[in-house]
Amino acid sequence: MKLAYFPGCSAESTARDMHMSSLAVAQALGIELIEPEGWSCCGATAGHQTDRVLATALSAASLAKVADMGLDMVLNCAACFGRMKTANHDLQDMGLRKQVADAIGRDYDGSVIVRHLIDVLLHDIGLDRIKAATKKSLSGLKVASYYGCLLVRPADVMQFDDPENPTCMDTLVEALGGEALDWPHKVECCGGGLSLTRTDLVVSLSDKIVTMASEAGADCIVVACPMCQVNLDMRQIDIKKQGGQDHNLPILYITQLLGLALGIGPDQLGLSKLMIAPDPVVNRVTSA
Amino acid sequence: MLIISKDKETQALIDRVQEISGVDLSACYQCKKCTSGCPVSQVVQSSPAEIIRQLHLQAGDELLDSEIIWACASCETCTTRCPMGIDGAAVMDALRQISMQKNRAGQAQGKVALFNKAFLKTVELFGRSYEIGMIAAYKLGSGKLMSDTDKFPTMLKKGKLAILPPRGADKATVKRIFKKTKQK
Repeated sequence: MKLAYFPGCSAESTARDMHMSSLAVAQALGIELIEPEGWSCCGATAGHQTDRVLATALSAASLAKVADMGLDMVLNCAACFGRMKTANHDLQDMGLRKQVADAIGRDYDGSVIVRHLIDVLLHDIGLDRIKAATKKSLSGLKVASYYGCLLVRPADVMQFDDPENPTCMDTLVEALGGEALDWPHKVECCGGGLSLTRTDLVVSLSDKIVTMASEAGADCIVVACPMCQVNLDMRQIDIKKQGGQDHNLPILYITQLLGLALGIGPDQLGLSKLMIAPDPVVNRVTSA
Repeated sequence: MLIISKDKETQALIDRVQEISGVDLSACYQCKKCTSGCPVSQVVQSSPAEIIRQLHLQAGDELLDSEIIWACASCETCTTRCPMGIDGAAVMDALRQISMQKNRAGQAQGKVALFNKAFLKTVELFGRSYEIGMIAAYKLGSGKLMSDTDKFPTMLKKGKLAILPPRGADKATVKRIFKKTKQK
């Protein structure tokens, strides 16, 4: 199948590993990803906090390019995914649609279908095909799936899994032979985009999430959002420095863990880019 | 519930919030479900429910100095859980925007406003966000020069920060968007 793939700005910097693992997994499972030429920033948190027309227009600029390709849009970044779905939703307001048309220089009606890569994996590729392609089992690996905010909220816009107890990543982990942990912090917030401005809040929120996963017995946390990944991973250094626990809990993108199970090499999945070294997870899966 | 405000300027704040957010705040009956789920209200001085109640009760521009307006992480929990369908995250967006329009952002929690400006500036220039440029602009503006510098060498070594600005975006369209939305 062929999809228009929106990498998102962080795919070129802090989340290169998310990008690399998305491409590798898609290739292994026969999904053709085509980057829309000239794609631009979705506006992220800064955009919608600043101005609704600006935020919607920034997302609409890339959505309009995908409309021209005649394909559905697929993303791995939960934050971009949320902005794209919100733009499509908000563009049903004709007043806003007109303002956005003026800003981007063309009319866009909000009709491009926007999907998350996990959704495509589960529902288009399907668990049977994924299982058939699996080369390494996650057997014995305890995985805490962390969904955070923007994959599932706001529920009426996202319409993606259960907003309070999502299970799509758990389903995938179980299909790969791993143990998906039942734990209570699946949709708690890590502080997201406040990482640089309210580091105090982000450190405290991330600590609660990582502590809960550790206490649930997790060998690693899997995520589908670059902000979640960076906060849960990098802020473990601050937690330790501030006299807190040394969690040393690897935070992997779900596509990195899937990639390992598909027998893709750790280098191709960008696993060396994680701040907390995922070696115990990698060794366990690759030697399985 | 009809809230009658005594003070004209005050009424303007709740009206302005409702106009920008598209939210009908009279639907709130203070069940505080928003606040129970709010990740930051445990840490800061106020809560989403309190902000809405203060708007009901004729709060004026002093409300814009509440820490929660800029501590809100836009996690959308309040929006998702409100039994009356109030979009709490949009209310916070509206309050931030009014705060910036009235130049109050520099006082209470101006760091987030500064960060947002630095982030959007790189998008305006390159069509995509440019982390190193944004971090530099934010650090210079906020005076937080040394924060997180301990992690930069490792991040650079691991290729987690791109040195050069992003290329390939349709910069003309993005520039047009910024130009048009500033003209309002």
